[in-house]
Amino acid sequence: MRAEARYTPYHPRWYRRRVSVWWWLQNRAYAGFVLRELTSVFVAFFAGVTLWQLRALAQGPDAYARFLACLGTPLFVALHAVAFLFVLFHSITWFNLAPKAVVVRLSGKRVPDWVVVGLNYAAWLVLSGAVAWIMLRGR
Amino acid sequence: MQPAVTLRVTRYRPEQESEPTFATYEVPFRKDWVILDALNYIKDTLDGSLSFRWSCRMGVCGSCGMKVNGSPKLTCASFLSDALPGPIRVEPLDYFPVVRDLVVDMSDFMRKLKKVKPWIIRHDERPLAEGEYLQTPDQLDAYKQFSMCINCMLCYSACPIYGLEPSFIGPAAIALAQRYNMDSRDEGAPERLEILSEHDGIWQCTFVGECTKVCPKHVDPAGAIQQYKLTGAIHWLKSLLLPRGAR
Repeated sequence: MRAEARYTPYHPRWYRRRVSVWWWLQNRAYAGFVLRELTSVFVAFFAGVTLWQLRALAQGPDAYARFLACLGTPLFVALHAVAFLFVLFHSITWFNLAPKAVVVRLSGKRVPDWVVVGLNYAAWLVLSGAVAWIMLRGR
Repeated sequence: MQPAVTLRVTRYRPEQESEPTFATYEVPFRKDWVILDALNYIKDTLDGSLSFRWSCRMGVCGSCGMKVNGSPKLTCASFLSDALPGPIRVEPLDYFPVVRDLVVDMSDFMRKLKKVKPWIIRHDERPLAEGEYLQTPDQLDAYKQFSMCINCMLCYSACPIYGLEPSFIGPAAIALAQRYNMDSRDEGAPERLEILSEHDGIWQCTFVGECTKVCPKHVDPAGAIQQYKLTGAIHWLKSLLLPRGAR
């Protein structure tokens, strides 16, 4: 090769296909990925509602009663049901992917993937149980 | 048994046409034939002008990567019988410029591969007289999986992020960077982290995970990238919290 020979990034005769905006409908894996990314909107929704709840709590009993009444409307119940499904999808898909990122080695051997996944689910159960206990103990 | 099978193969002759077209070929069906055998049959007996890359026929050289029925495959390792009933669609790898027919230009990957310094970096080379750098089986095990990469670029073709953001360094190059980072003989991890924590590095990856699924050598590039992100994040946290940085 000549010393001055150089790579031509935009060779006029090479064919380049544009990526379609519908690329994520090409196969189920891509669609699942986009759905998983979309779940972050609903996670943000839950976070927003929690902040709103804190604000209402700080404003006193009247504001909190208004907040609770608002949550009871059919619109909010429906929104919560949809958001819950998405957040469930979010949790399950990310828990199942955890062993890809977290590689634990004990005495030189890699801890099997199912143990990493299992610990995530176990932590989820324990924390959910703790929250349920705090919420329900007064009843 | 099926006596013949139809292949729809991408043709692109830049001196004749401005866009790729499909050509249809009928090849004999044989149980022991892979897609590459069918392509060679076409080239030998039906149409000598069909262009495609291949070399070893045994999943080692990484030359014959193409899209078969829409998913990236090594054509030497994909049986005709698995793609039945046909017509079997054979196309060039996605996201790379097509030079001709099934041949893509791989210069972009080559430049990115070089960028991550995929070789052992030492601060001080030991004199030869001191012998080899020894490694235990466990130390070998830490990086061996990532060292299986054959640079076939199927992972790039499966990565929509690479398609949308062509500057992304991409799965194989990052997995190979990780291969050297995890090597007990290597001391180049900080250099590579600097390159890979730039905008076009690990943080472009949104973990679609398809790279790992299409990898014919079970390298798991998606895993390599996520582990790298963890390393990068810990490094960043250390440099923020510790007075002398993460050194």
